[in-house]
Amino acid sequence: MKNSIAILLVLAFGFFLVHILQLYHTQETLNKTATYYNTNTPAEVGAANVVTAIVVTYRGLDTLGEVTVLFLTAMILGYILRQGGKEKVTKNNTSEILITAANVLIPGSIVLGVYVFINGHLTPGGGFQGGAIIGTAITLMILANPMRTIREGLLHMVESISGFFYVLIGLAGLLFAGGFLDNRILPLGTLGDLFSAGAIPLIYSLIGLKVGTEISSIIANINETGNNTVKL
Amino acid sequence: MTLTIDKVALVLGMILMLIGLWGGFTRTNLLKIILSFSIFDTGLNILIVALGYLPGRTAPIIDGNVVTAENLAVKAIDPVPQALVLTAIVIGFGVTALMLAYALKMNQHRKSLDINHYTDLKW
Repeated sequence: MKNSIAILLVLAFGFFLVHILQLYHTQETLNKTATYYNTNTPAEVGAANVVTAIVVTYRGLDTLGEVTVLFLTAMILGYILRQGGKEKVTKNNTSEILITAANVLIPGSIVLGVYVFINGHLTPGGGFQGGAIIGTAITLMILANPMRTIREGLLHMVESISGFFYVLIGLAGLLFAGGFLDNRILPLGTLGDLFSAGAIPLIYSLIGLKVGTEISSIIANINETGNNTVKL
Repeated sequence: MTLTIDKVALVLGMILMLIGLWGGFTRTNLLKIILSFSIFDTGLNILIVALGYLPGRTAPIIDGNVVTAENLAVKAIDPVPQALVLTAIVIGFGVTALMLAYALKMNQHRKSLDINHYTDLKW
């Protein structure tokens, strides 16, 4: 009985999707919005990666909101998981292979993460991706040694400072350039150089640090929440 | 209907969405419901990215060889869906993390992850 309702709902949704698929035909030319972005990005923003130009400059306010959502998630998660006090956690040691592999991989992953967010305006990648790679390194660190205490004060400090400067750069755009989060407060430079596209590398580095520390504190919070016996 | 790469991606995304929906309706374990939500999310992201596809074009990144600042409008695909999906992935991560935290807390209170043991909101 219960499953038949589920089957019905999934079938209805499937019918809806098939209908979309039948109406779909491959586009041959760009639509108006995409044409604007693709035509004007090199001159207006100076970023080689158009997706970065949209995320950081054209729709920069949305990205600020997105970073705020992630910040809120980290805060709410910390609040929920801390309720009822922190209990002493004992966890089993992990294997020698994991510990050795983690020691080899962690420095490399952090450097790769930093590379990805500094080059966000030139290559595929950016602050969110680089931050996620740094978060992976911290996750590996916790997996290899679950008893390790992560200095959350430091994480929160890095996060707050990068968030503060992100908003400050946005306000500087309001004062010295065309509007909030305008990247032209710094010279645009030559297209394709590391120091080009105005404030984009700076903003994306701050986003990278913020996302990296947020993911790390989420993982650390979940890790430090008591002994969880889970029945699957 | 000729089979092109964007249609393959669309169908793949739709199948993943249906699997996620099915899992969300039929599983009783909270972790599996959250996992189903993640699968649905992934399918939706693949679908949106596939909508930005244009045949014979490449990524909207100026590399100086294939795509230059001048031919960006005729050589590169639509960058808007990619920017949207970048946002959607991050928000999906945040939502999944929150759901996992709630599941963890619920498990601590009643020592169970079975949705049938939580009848407080049932009528």
